Amino acid sequence: MDAMDEIVREFVVESYENLDQLDQDLVALESDSSSRALLSSVFRTIHTIKGTSGFLAFGNLESLTHVGENLLAELRDGKRVMTQLTADVLLKMVDSVRDLLGVIESTGTEGTIDTSAIVAEIQAVLDDPTGGAGTETAAPAEPVDEAAAEEAIEAAVAALHEDDEDDADDADDVDEAPEAEAEVEPVAEKPAAEKPAPKIGKKIVAKPDTAPAKPAAPAAPAAAAKPAEETKTTEETPVRSAAEQSIRVDVDVLDALMRHVGELVLARNAMTNLAADMDDPALVRASQRLSLIATELQQGVMKTRMQPIDHVWNKVPRMVRDISSALGRKVRLDMVGKDTELDRGVLEAIKDPLTHLIRNAIDHGIETPADRAKAGKPEQGVLGLRAYHQGGQVVIEIADDGKGIDPDVISAKAIEKGLKTAGQIESMSPQDILQLLFLPGFSTAEKVTNVSGRGVGMDVVKTKIDSIGGVVDVQSTPGTGTTWRLRIPLTLAIMPALTVECADEVFAIPQVNLLELLAIDDKLTGIDHVGDAPVYRLRGQLLPLVDLRDVLGRDKRESLEGAVITVLQADGGRFGLLVDKVRNTEEIVAKPIATAIKTIGLYAGATLLGDGSVTLILDIPAVARRALELTETQIDVHDEAALRGDTEQMLVVAVGEGRQLAMPLGAVTRLERLSAEVLETVGGATVMQYRDRITPVVDLAQMLGSGAAFREELAFIICTRGDRTVALVANEVVDIVDSTAEERSEVSGYGLLGSIVVKDKVTELLDLEAAVTQADAAFYEVEEHVFNQSEVAELIGAGKGA
Amino acid sequence: MRHQLATFKLDDRLYGVDVARVQEALKMQAHTPVPHAPEAVAGLVNLRGQVVLMVDLRARLGRAPYGPEDEPMMMVVNIDGEPVSLLVDQVGDVLELDGDSFGPPPPTLEESLQEVVTGVYSLEEDLLLSLDVDLAAQV
Repeated sequence: MDAMDEIVREFVVESYENLDQLDQDLVALESDSSSRALLSSVFRTIHTIKGTSGFLAFGNLESLTHVGENLLAELRDGKRVMTQLTADVLLKMVDSVRDLLGVIESTGTEGTIDTSAIVAEIQAVLDDPTGGAGTETAAPAEPVDEAAAEEAIEAAVAALHEDDEDDADDADDVDEAPEAEAEVEPVAEKPAAEKPAPKIGKKIVAKPDTAPAKPAAPAAPAAAAKPAEETKTTEETPVRSAAEQSIRVDVDVLDALMRHVGELVLARNAMTNLAADMDDPALVRASQRLSLIATELQQGVMKTRMQPIDHVWNKVPRMVRDISSALGRKVRLDMVGKDTELDRGVLEAIKDPLTHLIRNAIDHGIETPADRAKAGKPEQGVLGLRAYHQGGQVVIEIADDGKGIDPDVISAKAIEKGLKTAGQIESMSPQDILQLLFLPGFSTAEKVTNVSGRGVGMDVVKTKIDSIGGVVDVQSTPGTGTTWRLRIPLTLAIMPALTVECADEVFAIPQVNLLELLAIDDKLTGIDHVGDAPVYRLRGQLLPLVDLRDVLGRDKRESLEGAVITVLQADGGRFGLLVDKVRNTEEIVAKPIATAIKTIGLYAGATLLGDGSVTLILDIPAVARRALELTETQIDVHDEAALRGDTEQMLVVAVGEGRQLAMPLGAVTRLERLSAEVLETVGGATVMQYRDRITPVVDLAQMLGSGAAFREELAFIICTRGDRTVALVANEVVDIVDSTAEERSEVSGYGLLGSIVVKDKVTELLDLEAAVTQADAAFYEVEEHVFNQSEVAELIGAGKGA
Repeated sequence: MRHQLATFKLDDRLYGVDVARVQEALKMQAHTPVPHAPEAVAGLVNLRGQVVLMVDLRARLGRAPYGPEDEPMMMVVNIDGEPVSLLVDQVGDVLELDGDSFGPPPPTLEESLQEVVTGVYSLEEDLLLSLDVDLAAQV
């Protein structure tokens, strides 16, 4: 629908421009009626409007321009000379077109403007070979038309007699009746919705039964009804018309404007800073006002550079069609959020990555119809593009429902290509393994195709997205599909950033990388160590910590107390960057920096802060890579078991029938969402293949007597101890909560230890041991896996500095 | 042929660079150090809204870099259209020199200077080392 509106809008703007020209041309024609060039120009304009309005299904506009075109064609071909009357009707036609455009612009439809009168007038001129001035010598252009017109006249007259009671007094006023008689003909021919009701002359047209006034277009029907008086639609409409509303501006002008606004923002920051120090209320007020205006100006200028993502997306359907037919895939394209606006610079930069990801999704993601049928999926795959704003950024998702990415294939490839060792892979979670796709020289296509798989794939996407300060990450479930997610700043010029202090120096962290801030209290709550490396327990996940002091080679921190953890997102991984202090959020303008500093590979640029000082902008992905070889950051939850504190974190899952179960998160190794099809039955026991192993499965609902869970997708709770693994099945994971032993009550049944209250809902406490031993009686007989020192170092690598 | 050189002192030696390349000379300003940058990078300075690289010319010429208690001066030169600030002990006069007094750098010159010194002007009581400003500003 939106795309349609865009087309209509462009049509209106373009037509307005043409009509202005048309007015001039017609007036010039009166004095120089022989000018073929002028006539051709007028003809072309009307022809264009006719064509487009037909295409856009504006029936009235089409029929109006159609007769106008006929008249102009005769003029152009010399079958008729320009007379006063001809010029009059043509100008009236232009006015009517203008009125129609006005209504189309404001309502998106033609509204109820009745054009039959003017159509009739033009037709009358057309039918009168004398052209109303007796000088016409040319033969009538289309005898067929004439015959039809005659019938129409009769019809019109007949209709007039049938239905003229309330028209009578109006009709009396009409002295041009002969001229108007023929009007029914062209209208009657049109399938469009207008009524071929008899309307003679100009004044009757405005009758309420034929032209009920629409509140959306108050001035228009009346104006259309009285073209002779040349009433302008614009006379009391406060809204400017499309032609007045848009002008073309050189992009360079906008770029320069944006640069200046950037400078203004910095100057504003400086001013605010000064005013805060001066303690002069008048100055503070003035600076606040300045600040407000600068912000509005900045937003305004940014808006001028914004373009809907559709500018890039509109080429996608064709591309998808071509690629999928070339590869023998059936693909349905779903696009959501076409209106999402992006800075044109950013838009330009995401074009290639987007193209690549889409190609990739069809080539590597969506299977052939045969394979899909085999996998029990509909033959037609779905490629979904989604764009939306989130937290001052634009998120673009490219999702397919194809075969997904198999972490094992990625791992094997990475080892084969020597990008990672088997030992490194072993310690990586599936999510981390997917990130390997972004390593240079990685391509998983089994055969190189025309479309993708030349080994210059995802790393290029990543480099490109990095270069505009964006982040790309991927999520995939084998068998169900893959989602690529780009998080991109709204604009390149001005970005929000967090300023932090580290060893008395100030650095800026782009907001796009920032997830949250955590202060470390004096008890160092949540801080633990795996080996020497500090980690933070964040909602059940261990967050590796990196000290910015170490990264920058500054003095070691004496104590973590009082430090702040900035939780950062980089290339799909999360880590906590320790800083001394958080200062502020500030709008910063990235300034180019010398190559000598760029090559250090830690800074994305420099900016000026409010106090006039230069501050380096940290390149977070680079910091992450430098500090901890990001692919090894995420530590499995099972490390948690060794670190359990007083309050226990509980995993809450739903098992159907509104039942919720809680279990200690520490005992859980991993959570997965998998299709129910992975479940198999062997000798009466349910098992699944998990990481190439046959793993016993316990359906929690069944165990607790709630009936088996029948859902397409299930939550799998994987518990591993030594080399033994058991999977528990629930409907879905609800939450992870902190719970203390006192909160528990002792209402229990088989397989339960009691219950706790989670968010006002009674949640049963699962006897995990009972559940696990039901599947694998020997589970707890194995030695618990304990990390040795070297493994820990490999896992984390944090705190080593650069 | 006469050459106009902007002169400056560094460790009691007189140096000169093509005056056309010099944008301005300023007192030392507050600057931001850049961790992990080469030693010759003293930091970044805000020059009327522009972020300008500050090169410690002492370090660049193989001497001990300026310490926090030193008060060098900034000689802002133009490199490829971008300003770069060179830190020197003291900025001197602009001298107009005769091409006749120009000679190749003496072979006795320290190695660290060999690559950036294009030649030597002999003044009445002093020697002036002419620097290749592009090379000197390169870190």
